[in-house]
Amino acid sequence: MSPSNLLSVTGLHKSFGENQVLKGIDFTVHAGEVVALIGPSGSGKTTALRCLNGLEVPQAGTVAFNGGPEVSFSAKTTAKQAQVLRRRSAMVFQGHHLFPHLTVLQNVTVGPLEVQKRERGEVMEQAAKLLERVGLSAKADAYPNSLSGGQQQRVGIVRALMLKPDLLLFDEPTSALDPELVGEVLVVIKELAQEGWSMVLVTHELAFARDVADTVVFMDGGVVVETGPAAKVLGAPSNPRTQGFVQRLLHPF
Amino acid sequence: MDSNWQLFLDSLWPLAKGAITATIPLSLISFAIGLAIALLMALMRMSGNKLVSSIARVYISIIRGTPLLVQLFVIFYGMPSIGITIDPWPSAIIAFSLNIGGYAAEIIRAAILSVPAGQWEAGYTVGMSRTRTLFRIILPQAARVSVPPLSNSFISLVKDTSLASLILVTEMFRKAQEITASTYEFMLLYLTAAGLYWIICLVLSGLQNLLEGRLEKYVAK
Repeated sequence: MSPSNLLSVTGLHKSFGENQVLKGIDFTVHAGEVVALIGPSGSGKTTALRCLNGLEVPQAGTVAFNGGPEVSFSAKTTAKQAQVLRRRSAMVFQGHHLFPHLTVLQNVTVGPLEVQKRERGEVMEQAAKLLERVGLSAKADAYPNSLSGGQQQRVGIVRALMLKPDLLLFDEPTSALDPELVGEVLVVIKELAQEGWSMVLVTHELAFARDVADTVVFMDGGVVVETGPAAKVLGAPSNPRTQGFVQRLLHPF
Repeated sequence: MDSNWQLFLDSLWPLAKGAITATIPLSLISFAIGLAIALLMALMRMSGNKLVSSIARVYISIIRGTPLLVQLFVIFYGMPSIGITIDPWPSAIIAFSLNIGGYAAEIIRAAILSVPAGQWEAGYTVGMSRTRTLFRIILPQAARVSVPPLSNSFISLVKDTSLASLILVTEMFRKAQEITASTYEFMLLYLTAAGLYWIICLVLSGLQNLLEGRLEKYVAK
């Protein structure tokens, strides 16, 4: 593994029963790199992302963080063995999945305080800073139900950042939002990218991927069809399947 | 008429005492133990281990498939014939706890299943274990969903404790029976007892509404 590699994914295979969703996925994430996973629905991109956080357990392949942990999967790997990956990565879900019975502040501090057992003062300071930067200081004591979809997703991002991960994972973070709320979330993600956060982003927003991502991985049918610089894969794709997909998204009718 | 009124007033305190010293504590203790059994059974029922889930399934099936009165009699009158003698109070608590355990298990299981799968994943992704996610994230949300059906169970239990009179527990209904034994005023005493049960249940319904209101804001919408 080259020193600038943060994450190497090799040969991931994942089946749900008879349905083979991942058929050997390889890609790498360098430190500070933004990788966008794109592809048609059913291509396996969300499953691949979830494997990086131990939410899915592949049956073969390796997920290796530089400096560990490294998990080599087999049919016998358990969910418990896969969960070490959460030490380095944190997930932002499509449907935010905030805890409805906790306030915004409790949502973002429950992991650091109760699981990571970090010092309270430091955690509260970090939370105040991050909520301020996403413009939600005033909502610290509100419950998630009282927030708009865009605000909820921004809290979801803060919850992930609070864990101090080395790699941020975004699973279609704006797909569940009303169109007018998409921008406020994308702005936050873009700022994080510019600050040098490493991230893997599953998205349908091609314009955004082109703007923010360094590398685009195009998946179809459980395999990586094409990988390359964002401008190249999205602007002048070499593979006909990528070309077709990009065309369809840019010109839906 | 006047003597009836006097008897009503005179019987109020003994009956209320039966409620305070037996009906209410019997209900509370049995319900608390029953809930613990129910949570355990619900979790066992959802276990991936076939043997574990079968044990819970059989337990729930037996409890729901046999009359409560029969369960009480098996424990109090039946057990001595295999050498185990249990006093009236413990017998009543065991029977009612086991009964609530069986019924509430399905309520709790349904409530846990009603919490979206994403809540489990969100718990995992902030680093929580399965157990911590269950207690910190899932159960508080399941609690709100299960308040109405569990309140139903509790109110049923309060009334069912009258069956304990048949295994010699001096709860409210047995008090009423004792007074009728000397006065023969069946209608008056039984209606008085019915009225007191009703009042207890009205108070419980009020508490249920309060609790639901308090938990309302915690529900995902």
